[in-house]
Formats: sequence, C-alpha cells, structure tokens
Amino acid sequence: MPKVIEVDGLVKEYGAVTAVDRIRFSVDEGQVFAFLGPNGAGKTTTVEVLEGLREATKGTVSVLGLDPWTDGRELHRQIGVIPQDFRFFEKITPREAIEYYAALFDRKADAMGLLRQVGLDDKANARFDTLSGGQKQKLGLSLALVNDPKIYFLDEPTTGLDPQARRSIWEVIKTLKAAHRTVFLTTHYLEEAELLADQVAIIHHGRIIAEGTPASIIREHGRPQRLVVEGSPGLPELLRTSLKLPVRVDAGRAVVEIRERKDIVQAMVAIEQSGLPWSGFATESDTLEDVFVSLVGRMDDGVLKSEGSA
Amino acid sequence: MRPRRILADFAVFSKGYVRNPIALFFSLVFPIILIAMFGFIFQSGTTKVNLYVENLDHNSNASRTFLTILNHTGAVNVNLVAPSDANASGGFGQYLSNNGYTVGLVIPAGFGAAYLAGNATSPILYTDPQDLTSGGVAEGACTGVANAMNLAASHGKQVVTISNANVGSQVLKYIDYLVPGLVGFTILTSPMFAMVDISSSYRKDHIFRQLSLTPLTKGEWLTAKIIWYIALTFLTTAIMLSIGTFAFGAHVTVGLGLLPFLILGPFFFVSLGMLAGSIAKTPESAAVIGNVVTFPMMFLSGTFFPVSGFNPQLQAVAHALPLYYVIDGMNQTMLFQHYGTTLWIDFAVVFVGSIVVFIAAILAFRWRDE
Repeated sequence: MPKVIEVDGLVKEYGAVTAVDRIRFSVDEGQVFAFLGPNGAGKTTTVEVLEGLREATKGTVSVLGLDPWTDGRELHRQIGVIPQDFRFFEKITPREAIEYYAALFDRKADAMGLLRQVGLDDKANARFDTLSGGQKQKLGLSLALVNDPKIYFLDEPTTGLDPQARRSIWEVIKTLKAAHRTVFLTTHYLEEAELLADQVAIIHHGRIIAEGTPASIIREHGRPQRLVVEGSPGLPELLRTSLKLPVRVDAGRAVVEIRERKDIVQAMVAIEQSGLPWSGFATESDTLEDVFVSLVGRMDDGVLKSEGSA
Repeated sequence: MRPRRILADFAVFSKGYVRNPIALFFSLVFPIILIAMFGFIFQSGTTKVNLYVENLDHNSNASRTFLTILNHTGAVNVNLVAPSDANASGGFGQYLSNNGYTVGLVIPAGFGAAYLAGNATSPILYTDPQDLTSGGVAEGACTGVANAMNLAASHGKQVVTISNANVGSQVLKYIDYLVPGLVGFTILTSPMFAMVDISSSYRKDHIFRQLSLTPLTKGEWLTAKIIWYIALTFLTTAIMLSIGTFAFGAHVTVGLGLLPFLILGPFFFVSLGMLAGSIAKTPESAAVIGNVVTFPMMFLSGTFFPVSGFNPQLQAVAHALPLYYVIDGMNQTMLFQHYGTTLWIDFAVVFVGSIVVFIAAILAFRWRDE
C-alpha cells in the first residue's frame, strides 16, 4: 500500500513550549490510523500540521505527496476535515451547509443522501443553533464527505457525545473503512481506536510512546493473559504448586498469569483432579485502554524515560 | 476569484443575516426609527408659525387684506379666533395662555376706517418670552405687511427691494440633509459593527479555520460580504428616501451620481470593519477598536447635522473622517446637484480609501491562526 501520510522528525514549538517532539510515523492508503493520547498530548497540534493549519517548526511532513503548509490550497481539495468541537453559521440548516460546501468545492452534492449517511436527514432543515452536540458533529462529518476526499482527518469527532451519537459516527467511519478510504482519527477513547483502527500511535507529552496494530501494542506493552478461577480458598496455593506460575488472589479469586494456551488446560485439569470446589473461570487480557493507562501512568511516574523504553 | 464561490458565500451569509432579528433590527428598523424620530423632532423648525388672530374689524376690507397678505408671507399661518371665544376666556391674552399658544394678534375695531382715513391704528401682537423664535417670526411678518400697506396707502414707491436667494439651488430643510446623512449612517454602522463582530467571533469559533480548509479564498469571502452590504445599502436607501420624501416632504434628487457612494461606502466600511476586527487580539478589544473608529464618525461626519454648522475645529476633524466624504458626496448629488470638483474629491477619497483599506484588511486578516 502506498503511504499517503509521512511524518519524520516533526517538531512543533509554541515559544518555549514543545507541543510535538520529533515524532515519526506513516499512514498507508486505506488505513484507519488512530492517534491516541490524553488531553494536551499533542494530538490536535499534529493533526493541524497535517491539515496545513499550522506550520511545523522542524521536520518533514508529506500528505498525499504535498507539503501541507505550502501546498495547502491543493491539499484541501483532496482532504476532508472535522475539527474538534465543530461550529458553523448559526442560522444555516444542514442542507444549506452541504449545498454551500458543494458550491465551494465546485461539486454537485446529494445533500439529503449525505445527511442520510450520517443519520441527520431528519434535521435537514433545522438551523445549526438548534442542533445538539452530536448532530453538529454529524453535520461536520457530512461536510467532510462533500468533496469525496482521499483522506479524512477526524479530530476527536465523538468527544462529548452520547453513546448513541458516538456509535452512529463510528458507523460512518466503518463505512469509509469498508470503502478503503484513509482515515486519520485522533481520539482519547481507547474503545474507539480499538474498534476502528488498523494502526494506532500513542502520543504523550508530544512524543510517540507506542505504535502498531492494536493487537501488537497490547502484545508488546500489555500484561500477560490471565486465568481467573472462582471457588475454594485453597485454589491459589494448588495452582501455585502444581503449575509453577505466578498466582495472586484478587477479591477471593485465583488469578494466574499464563504464558501459553496449554497453561489454561493444565490449570483446569489440576483443579478438577484436586477435588477442590470451583464455581467458574474466565480468561482476561489487557485491552488497549489498559495499555494506554499503563503507559501514560508510567510515563507520568517518570519510569518511561524515552520513546520505546516502555 | 470564482464567481460561484462568491455567490455561494453571499447566499449563505444573506440567509443567515435575514434570519437574525437583531441584525435586521439594526440595519433596517433602527434607521427608520432614527429618521422618524429626527424628522418629527425637527419638523416644527421647518413649518410656519401659527398666528392666532382676533379680528375685531372683520367687516373691513383692509383687515381682510392685511390678514390675506400675512397668510401669504409663508412665515405665519393665520388662525382666526372668534371674539366670543376670547371673551369667554377672560380676554385674548388669557385665551392664548389657556390654549398654550405663543403668538397672537388682535386687529382693533375701526382698523379699516382708520387705514382709509390715513389715521394711525395699531394691531396688538402677543408674544411669549419663552418662544422668542416664533414671536420674532410673527413680528417680522406683521411689520413687513404693515409697511407694505403703509407704502400703498401713501402711494409711495419701492426704491429698495430685497431679493431672496439661498446658498443652495433650492430651499433646504433639515429633513433634506437628514436623508443622505442617515443613509451614510447605515453605510457606516451596519457593516462596521457586523464585521468587527464577525472577525472576532468567527475566529473564536474557528469558522475561519474551517473555511480555510475549503477552496474559498479570503478575497472571495470578503467580496461576498461587500456585495451583501451594498445590496443592504440600496435597500435602506430606498426606505430612507421613501420615508423622507413621503412622510416628511424631503426634497432630494436621486441620480447616477449617487451610485458610486452607495457602492464604495459599504466597500470601504466592510473592509475597515474587517481590518479593525483583525488587528484586535480578543473579541473585547475588537469591540473597543470598532467603537473607537465608529462613534466619532457617526456624529461628526454630517449624519445628523450638516458639517457646515460645526465650529472650525470640528469641521477639521470631520474632514479627516472617511464617512464625511461619503455623506458630502451624497449631499452634492442629492441636495445640490453639483457635479463639480467637490464631488470628484469626495469620490476620489472614498475610491482610493476603499482600495487601500480592502488590501489592508486582506493582509491583516488570517484564515489560519498563525
């Protein structure tokens, strides 16, 4: 897959503050790339540099082969953007907004079709200032679709939305993904990244601290998979001696850190053979959220000194 | 510049504008209130003085002639009072006072006979010290008519006569000045206040940044606003002319010479509003800058009162204000029909100023935050 976004050594400084510090990543065509980070991590600054809204202090940035800062006008014809907290002309309706954008991009737009796609067709003639936060974001998304862009930049598109509105935005992103469109998504919702992203980069204090597929990041930075068994108080000691694996007790349950799948079978066989009563078992794995909290927390504790040392 | 984009932005802005009751009030209703208010307030200064007359010699030709001539002077409006009404009030002076009238005249009995006989006779003029203006007007008119009748009675010959002439080509009333003045007022205030507000609120809401991600250019965006405010100016001018002419009897001429000022005026002040808003760092400072620029112009450029009535210092200040040249240009064409050097100077100042301020606004205002 050709790379549509390439960032190398990007630095963005605001006076004495370094918002983005020597980051490097690339995005393949057709990928959903999630840029994760807590508030103030540098996500929006990075995406605004990619969109050509801010000039990089150092480093090179290429989007669709163009320099976003110097070739902005050409680039903007080929990208769609929803900024954080999308705002528009207050007295204008969604239908009029789409027709306006279509005229600006010199395109014919099926306003009702686009509004239907984002689930806003029932508010086609409502004025912007009467829309809810979720409906405003949906309008922002529909405007980003007007010029049929090659890359969609969605900057925290679901922040502050209710679960239903969030899911409907996700459905649109899934549709774009199915159509092999490139989506650059910034979010601080881990569930969102895990659900939608092909590739994830975690940024913290302006530096990328983890990158890869959600599964590879969990594998690399997460804790081992765990077997949790509920039952007799004697189970932890039994598992510790029979399996030679780390076992801890959590809320009366035995938690075994497993290395291989066969450890699960061996543990359950040992329990069954011991005759100790047990009422249920489950396996637990770290989610991307666990990894994120773990990395960011460790970073805050000062243990993670530099990128890649996590 | 792509006309389709300008047209699209014009359409979306105008829809937003007409759906905003506050904007509509200040651009259309407020000027109507102003012209109605000032028209009514200053209407009395342009009408004749009401002179209440008790004619105790109503059967004589001389008294009727005196009153007929008096009524034709154009200075007073003769209103006859029945002697019975005056007597019922306890005398003519009391009658005037009871009714709030400030000027009255009593023609004594035997006025006609005395006039024909060449004997002295003295109508009595009642005036109110609190309304010296009306009293002065009535006294002047009465004295003038009396002198004319004296001259006729003595078969005298008029040797010296005064011919009337006005500074302008016609008699100008306050409402005549007010119409172009208030058109200038709307040319100034509607775009200035709106653009200062837009420049700061769009920046705060990141709407400029949003628009910067489309093919729309700053120049196209600003041009769409200029076209809208030109259209609005034509509408408010039509309203002002209609109300001024039909409600207050204004005498103004509408010709092609007016067009450059109705076009360049909004062009200038949309750009100036954008420039003022763009150099401000916060919405609060934008409002302050907008007011500092707008308010002196609002009152010192000939909007409500002709600049010629100002003292020399204020006139010098007025000549430094761009709105002065817009209003003066409109005065030249609407009131005086003078298409000479003054009009061309007004046009040149507004034209060059518009271009300079437009370019400065484009350079100062940023789509992007940096």
